[in-house]
Amino acid sequence: MDSEFIIKTEGLAKHFGHIVAVDKLQLEIKPGEIFGLVGPDGAGKTTTIRMLAAIMDPTRGNATIAGLDLRKQPEQIKEKIGYMAQQFALYGDLSVLENITFFADVFGVPAKVRRERIERLLNFARLTEFTGRRAGRLSGGMKKKLGLACALIHAPAILYLDEPTTGVDPVSRREFWDILAGLHGEGTTVLVNTPYMDEAERCSRVGLMYNGRLVEQGTPKQIKALVPGELIEFRPESDQGQDMGLRRRTNQILNQQAGVLEVQHYGDLIHVFVDSISQRRPQLERALAAEQIRMANFRQIMPRMEEAFISLMSKREMDS
Amino acid sequence: MSDQNGNSHGPAIEVAGLTKKFGDFVAVDNVSFEVRRGEIFGFLGPNGAGKTTTIRMLLGLLTPSGGSAKVVGFDVVKETEAVRKRIGYMSQKFSLYNDLTVEENLNFYGGVYGVRSRKLKERKEYILQMAGLVGRERELTRNLSGGWKQRLALGAAIIHEPEALFLDEPTAGVDPISRRIFWELIYDLAEAGTTILVTTHYMDEAEHCQNLVFIQRGHLVAQGSPEEIKVTKMHGQVIEIDSDDASRAISILRDLNLFEEVALYGSLIHVVSGDVQAHLPLIKKSLTDNGLTVRSVEQIAPSLEDVFISSAREAERVLGVR
Repeated sequence: MDSEFIIKTEGLAKHFGHIVAVDKLQLEIKPGEIFGLVGPDGAGKTTTIRMLAAIMDPTRGNATIAGLDLRKQPEQIKEKIGYMAQQFALYGDLSVLENITFFADVFGVPAKVRRERIERLLNFARLTEFTGRRAGRLSGGMKKKLGLACALIHAPAILYLDEPTTGVDPVSRREFWDILAGLHGEGTTVLVNTPYMDEAERCSRVGLMYNGRLVEQGTPKQIKALVPGELIEFRPESDQGQDMGLRRRTNQILNQQAGVLEVQHYGDLIHVFVDSISQRRPQLERALAAEQIRMANFRQIMPRMEEAFISLMSKREMDS
Repeated sequence: MSDQNGNSHGPAIEVAGLTKKFGDFVAVDNVSFEVRRGEIFGFLGPNGAGKTTTIRMLLGLLTPSGGSAKVVGFDVVKETEAVRKRIGYMSQKFSLYNDLTVEENLNFYGGVYGVRSRKLKERKEYILQMAGLVGRERELTRNLSGGWKQRLALGAAIIHEPEALFLDEPTAGVDPISRRIFWELIYDLAEAGTTILVTTHYMDEAEHCQNLVFIQRGHLVAQGSPEEIKVTKMHGQVIEIDSDDASRAISILRDLNLFEEVALYGSLIHVVSGDVQAHLPLIKKSLTDNGLTVRSVEQIAPSLEDVFISSAREAERVLGVR
């Protein structure tokens, strides 16, 4: 077994008729990493996870997962992985404890270790106080945590999570990620799909998927460093006080300026990617001043993952 | 596109002491806030905090147990019909008919709001243009991807040119690029004078709002612009730590029992500290004493999510356990 990578794909592809959902994927994940697969709807993230979970056959290519051959040993792979689908099934009429016991039966968790493991997982998922509650009556965040506990019942080396926090409120989401950090601490490898870029920020490494291809991969820091130019933030202020067309006018002016790569809005603030701040600041100031617009609270900021992602994806779209 | 009824000068939404009880349970407790005309206003809170109950009262679907609310100048209890005609509502489930085509959905909502003939044609053209759906009028709605469906749902919600638009978790499950396009549309609507009230779980999205309120267990716990809230509502400061072994660092820092929060961000750690001056050197020392290499320890600006969580935890302490 190639011990450097716990998941390694070779030209993995999935076609549905004429549609290429996943195209020649070369993915390498090291043991113990939290690897985030991010990308727009239809990029192929879910299909990738399903193939790697050995529940969908690839059209081409292959993968080695925990030293096992995806095409030849799918059943052994299933024992090594935990998988939480986007729409995972819990039994609403069963209690928290009954649900987790059910999954222990399905995976044949031996009686010797079962009690201790269930206790540990419930504690881990902060569900110990709720063991008797029916799953159908749990909050959204608690359901996700129970789903996670069930996916971990057979102590898998690798955990696949497909958009685990969609519809979960911020406090529960933070708790969920704290649990993942705990798994990471214990050496579990986590592959997580997410459309939320602030979650990508919490991964050890991130892969950006677009049109079935992995277009970039690296640490969040490396990905952000790929974005061309520098980012400034300011608040446009009009000399005329309340000015309804201010945003649109500011936008138009900025987009006509040389050196401006991209303009994004956050509430009253504007974020502008420029090729060089030192060079362009006086020019932008002059252009806006000609329209009685001042740049208040001007500062340079680091791009967030979301800005990096949109910038890189838009570039892809223009290139193709 | 604002209004034709002479109410254009007051706030778009005025909520005073609004309360809703279900038996003994107080879902919304004495909540007051104002939303300016043409503003993008964020209404944030965890599940079960009372967000949906408040919105349902503002839409005239639920009668308040106490207090009052005016939407675009009309009382939500006494003048419900007047309110309904002037507002649009887009729910997280995108209430579109999947079996109908794009155009049929717009026709349907036009009919509901009494938008007819010439006006309907004009509005449909505007919406199809806005949503980028020109040429796809006859496509079945079920075949649209998340982002397109979301923009069509937005179009359906504004077919009658509402003065105020309520968006309930409008971007749940929609990808970043579609979300960005969606927000650009929202900015355009706001700049044309439509007042926007939006609920969301996603704090990076709340950064798009000009003003926000946080609601927790029915209580309003914070309000202001994103910047103001970051300054006034963060209990403690965020310190970012870059070391050679984040997993070990995290358990060392947790064991210190000094921090409100210790969270992993990739290879970095964020802790929330009540005393940055004292903790910066202490963190460095604790990690190096344990044999770790510390590349940097520095204070960083909190994200709105950091503030939200801090504020929510503080509210839990004050209001009782969850």
